Formats: sequence, structure tokens, C-alpha cells
Amino acid sequence: MARKLQPINAGSMADIAFLLLIFFLVTTTMDVDTGLMRMLPPMPEKNQKKSNDKIKERNVFVVLINKNNELLVEGKRMDIHQLRQAAKDFIANPENRDDLPEKEWKDIPFFGHVFVTKNPVISLQNDRGTSYGTYIKVQNELIAAKDELRNELARSKFGMNYDDLDKEKQQAIKKYYPAAISEAEPKNVGGEK
Amino acid sequence: MKSKFRPNEEERSVGQINTASLPDIIFMLLFFFMVTTVMREVDLKVNIHVPEATEAKKLEKKSLVSFIYVGKPLPRFQKMFGTEPRIQLNDQFRTVGDIQDFIAQEKDQLNEADRNKLTVSLKVDQNTKMGVVSDIKQSLRRANALKISYSSVKTDKVK
Repeated sequence: MARKLQPINAGSMADIAFLLLIFFLVTTTMDVDTGLMRMLPPMPEKNQKKSNDKIKERNVFVVLINKNNELLVEGKRMDIHQLRQAAKDFIANPENRDDLPEKEWKDIPFFGHVFVTKNPVISLQNDRGTSYGTYIKVQNELIAAKDELRNELARSKFGMNYDDLDKEKQQAIKKYYPAAISEAEPKNVGGEK
Repeated sequence: MKSKFRPNEEERSVGQINTASLPDIIFMLLFFFMVTTVMREVDLKVNIHVPEATEAKKLEKKSLVSFIYVGKPLPRFQKMFGTEPRIQLNDQFRTVGDIQDFIAQEKDQLNEADRNKLTVSLKVDQNTKMGVVSDIKQSLRRANALKISYSSVKTDKVK
């Protein structure tokens, strides 16, 4: 009788423990910090002259946000839901319109000789009274416009999302859609310091 | 007669639970918590609801990230600091003027090669006015900490 009920074999306990450990390690989402990554422009040198090579007006997409969180895009009032499409049209200029950025023929690896926009710049300016929430919404729309275009291109060309591509291909796509979002020098509109 | 010290067969057969693996389990738990807990999470003294964004990306390399918190002081600090949005660096309320020193300190803690990779994560309440944020951005530019991240919660669709 005694033979039948031996102590439980605990040899595999360690394996089970490891399995559990690995399971939890893989499945738990730790409190990751997410955010919109941006680069600030470096501070201009004191004695640096203002550069003369002005960017042509048609190459700049001006987005203004006033203190009531209203948008003025290229001189026209706009709802935030229309902003993404407007920004996409600006960056790509698919119909080669005169009021949208200039286009030029460029040689890009993987794509060959293509007709793309020449350095379109999105300039985002805000008032000191603009709420941060709105500012981020606008930033988000602009980044989304750029990302959507790049993703569309990446998917049609390589069958993958932009983020999953390797460095070289990402570079090529960046050249195809070079959009830069500039954070303009802040302006004290209200005169307060 | 049954002996007091030698239990009969029936009682002995129950056996004892083998506790040899208990230390393993405990260690496992220990490691688990060691890995998941974030050390030195600062005490927030300001109220922050970060905005939502669809394009938010994960911040890589936590050791290269410094945080600047901006928001309304919590109720228990409002007597001293008012209800206007304030800046918190580490554990204290600070002003915009202190940011350059703060960045210099943070850079000192990194090794030479990583100093330019410092990312500043701005955890700003969504109801803050941009004035404060612009000031912070300007001092970050002066401190030459150009990589920033506007902390936001990733969602699929922004209302």
C-alpha cells in the first residue's frame, strides 16, 4: 500500500515555473510611455544672418491656431477633420496644381525616375493661449497625413508598412515624400512677455 | 496497540507536500516583480491628463528619457502654488528658468556618447495653455535638448 503513494515528483516544477515566468514576461504590457516624437530646431546663432533663400510661398503650408483653438490653414478657416486630407494633398500634390508645392523629377532608389514634390514644408504656428490638447490634435493630424502617405506608398511598393521596412527603403520613401513639419518661432501676439 | 511515535500505515500514507520547489516559485515571483516594476517613479504633484493621439510611438530606451511634467497642482498644493499650471521637475515645483540646469544635470548623468540622444518627454495636461509649453520648448532649445516627445495616449481614433 505504501508504495502506491510516493511523494510527488517535483523535478518538473522548475520547468513549470519557468514556463509561467516566460508567459508573464511575454504577455504583460508594462506601462510604456508613448508620445509624438518631434525634433526642435536648434537655437539660431546670435550673429547668424537670416538666410536669404526664402522658401517659396507655395511650398509652405501654414497652419495657424488661435487662442480659441480655431484653425486657419493657408488663409482659410478649416475644421480639424479636414486638415489631414488637406495636408496630404499638400505633401503629394497629385494633380500638380499651381498653388501646391513645386514638383521635380528625381532619381530615387527602388522607385527610379519619379516626379515628386520639392521640399514641402508644413509650418505650424500657435498662440500662447492655444490649448495644448488642440495643439497635439493638430500635430497628430499633420504627422498622420505624412505617415499615411508613406504607408500607402510602402504598401503598394513593398507590401509592408513603412515602419516594418529596412533603413534603405525607409530612406527612399522619405525622399519620395520629404515633408518637414516646422515648429515656428513662438510669437508673442498678446504683447505679454 | 498503536505506538504514539510510529503512526500506522494509513496515516503515514498521506505523505507530505514537497516544498523543495517553493523557493523557486518565490524567486520566480521576485524576478517577475523586479522586471515589471519601474523604479523611482516620481511623485506627481500636478494633475495630468495627457492628450490622445493616433500616431503616438513608443519611447525606446527609458534610460535616455527625462520627464517634464506640467499641469495644475494637486489640491493639497494649491494653497501654496495656486491653480495655474506649474512645471514639475523630478520631485519639485520649478519654473521655466530651472529647465536649463535640469537638462544639464540629466545630461551629466549619461555617458559621453549618449548625451545627444537624450529625449525629453513632455507630460503636459491637455488643458494647459501653449504659452507655458512654448517657453519650455524655447529653454530646451537653449539647453540643446532637441529631441522631444509630446507624451500622449495611443488611441485608434481621436474624438
